[in-house]
Amino acid sequence: MRVADLVTASLLMLLSAIVMYDALLLGAGWSGDGPQSGFFPFWLAALLAAVSIVLFVQAWRSWSKQPFVTREQSVLVLKVLWPLVGFVLLTDPPGPWSGLGLYVAGAVYLGFYMRWVGRHDWRTVVALATVVPVITFLIFETWFLVPMPKGPIEAWFGY
Amino acid sequence: MGLENLFLGFQVAVTPFNLLIAVVGILLGTIIGVLPGLGGANGVAILLPLTFTMPPTSAIILLTCIYWGALFGGAITSVLFNIPGEPWSVATTFDGYPMAKDGQSGQALTAAFTSSFVGAFFSIVLITLFAPLLAEVALKFGPPEFFAIQLLTFSSFVGLGGGNPLKSLATILIGFILSTVGLDIVTGQLRLTFGFTDLMKGFDFIIAVIGLFGIGEILLSVEEGLRFQGAKTDMNMRVVLDTWKILPRYYRTFVRSSIIGFWMGFKPGGATPASFMSYAFAKRFSKNPERFGRGELEGVVAPETAAHAAGVAAMLPMITLGIPGSPTAAVMLGGLIIWGLQPGPMLFVDNPDFVWGLIASMYTGNVIGVVIVLAFVPFFAAILRIPFAILTPLIVVICAIGSYAVHNSMIDIWYMVIFGVIGYVFKKLDYPLAPLVLALVLGDMAENALRQSLIMSQGSLAIFLTRPISGVITAVAIFFFLMPLLTPWWRKLRGLPRSKAASAQS
Repeated sequence: MRVADLVTASLLMLLSAIVMYDALLLGAGWSGDGPQSGFFPFWLAALLAAVSIVLFVQAWRSWSKQPFVTREQSVLVLKVLWPLVGFVLLTDPPGPWSGLGLYVAGAVYLGFYMRWVGRHDWRTVVALATVVPVITFLIFETWFLVPMPKGPIEAWFGY
Repeated sequence: MGLENLFLGFQVAVTPFNLLIAVVGILLGTIIGVLPGLGGANGVAILLPLTFTMPPTSAIILLTCIYWGALFGGAITSVLFNIPGEPWSVATTFDGYPMAKDGQSGQALTAAFTSSFVGAFFSIVLITLFAPLLAEVALKFGPPEFFAIQLLTFSSFVGLGGGNPLKSLATILIGFILSTVGLDIVTGQLRLTFGFTDLMKGFDFIIAVIGLFGIGEILLSVEEGLRFQGAKTDMNMRVVLDTWKILPRYYRTFVRSSIIGFWMGFKPGGATPASFMSYAFAKRFSKNPERFGRGELEGVVAPETAAHAAGVAAMLPMITLGIPGSPTAAVMLGGLIIWGLQPGPMLFVDNPDFVWGLIASMYTGNVIGVVIVLAFVPFFAAILRIPFAILTPLIVVICAIGSYAVHNSMIDIWYMVIFGVIGYVFKKLDYPLAPLVLALVLGDMAENALRQSLIMSQGSLAIFLTRPISGVITAVAIFFFLMPLLTPWWRKLRGLPRSKAASAQS
């Protein structure tokens, strides 16, 4: 915990330094007709810098044997996190490539996670991974007319 | 004038369409409240895009009913599964879960829902009476007064929030800083974009809410190893009626907790301390305090009444001043702007049908809510028995849909992931998230109020203290900001034992 607290406080100091730098470039003072653009961010960041220094000192002085995460916990968290990143990449990766769209990527993600973490049998996996995206598609695209990123498969159906 | 307006409101709220919307909202809200990782705030945030095409009054009825439903849903998980869905449900688990383990879950749930209803009703009546008066006063407010109210809003997180006050202050500042990213509408300059076009639009707080509360919460609950081993429900009409026979005995607790809830609730971050405070008071005034924590019905009544009274009271500053009292109210405020309404006191003048329809729908929504949850508890409890490996990806996909729908932009889904990781880390390190969201929402308003005030005073900060109304509010705000420093000193002076700064623990 202590290390995580120290790192967070340091990152906050870095953040406030960046904000203050940007604010000073814009001008953090008083122009003819009122405060300049950098005025508000500059003083916010200055205050944040002061607060994070005190937080750093507090964390430095405290002692806690409890780790921020145990190894087992971090495995569990990463097991959620990286398929999530995969799902977003599959939906629509940055850059010139086109993705599968949110519904198909969602189906792949749902099926993968159910099979890999939950070890559900293939029938349940396939059934749910088809039914859930179809229902969400009907609700969002046809009923409420909220468009989501779509890929080749939706195009094939004429959407 | 109050009654005619309320009557007008009921004419809006009691149309078949709006009643249907209310039922749908309550059902969705309760499901959202029961699911891990989906609370009131991000549930409302995810469903906000669905309301873009609705008339504003129906839209706000849907969102508020989702909110009431989520509040009810939190009680179900607290009692049956010992999982407080929201921080203000923590006190409900103290006696609710022991009761459920004793086979009295039906009693505990009936008491929880009924108390929620009573607390909410109390606050709604007070809102009906006070909202028009407060709005009238607020019409006379200038920029210094609005900035002073903002100060008061955030000072109460620092002074009353419990935990480390510096961490509260840090998240408030982070929220404000994030709100300045992008185009400065006053000068037309770009701030903190460093040449990235994606940053020009700034950060939308709805994405922050979905990431911080949704994804962050999922990561946390995964880490805790997710095993929902719930008590069985024994809800039926008989249990409900039998419990209703006992409940009037606790009328003192109801009144006391409602007052505590309303009083704490219209200040931001008030619901959680209100529920703990009300629990502590009930224990102190009880004839048999030793039974608290082991399954005492009064121990469910007190926190639930206060939490709901506070949850409803959080709507008061939102509709009268345009300043939300909770993250959920903040998301609704964002909705108002999207639907083309100007939040604040002018709503009462310009859109009376909207405001009074909203207030009337609070009555209808809570009546519908208590009936639905009492009738369908086993159904809602069954949701938590869905295997975790199905629920997690499902909630993640829903969060992603909600994030994308706000601006139809892919970058928002990435922001959601980043905010999710930040939410997870901050939650573990006890950095409170609600102040960050509120600061992100109110950032532009606060900055404009500050700018205009400083222009009025030609750069002197004294303007906040010399004008009578803003002077009083600023003084109270400064007092709250300094409270964490004053409390230890005060305790020493009175010869009281040292304790951690005014914390929410009972």
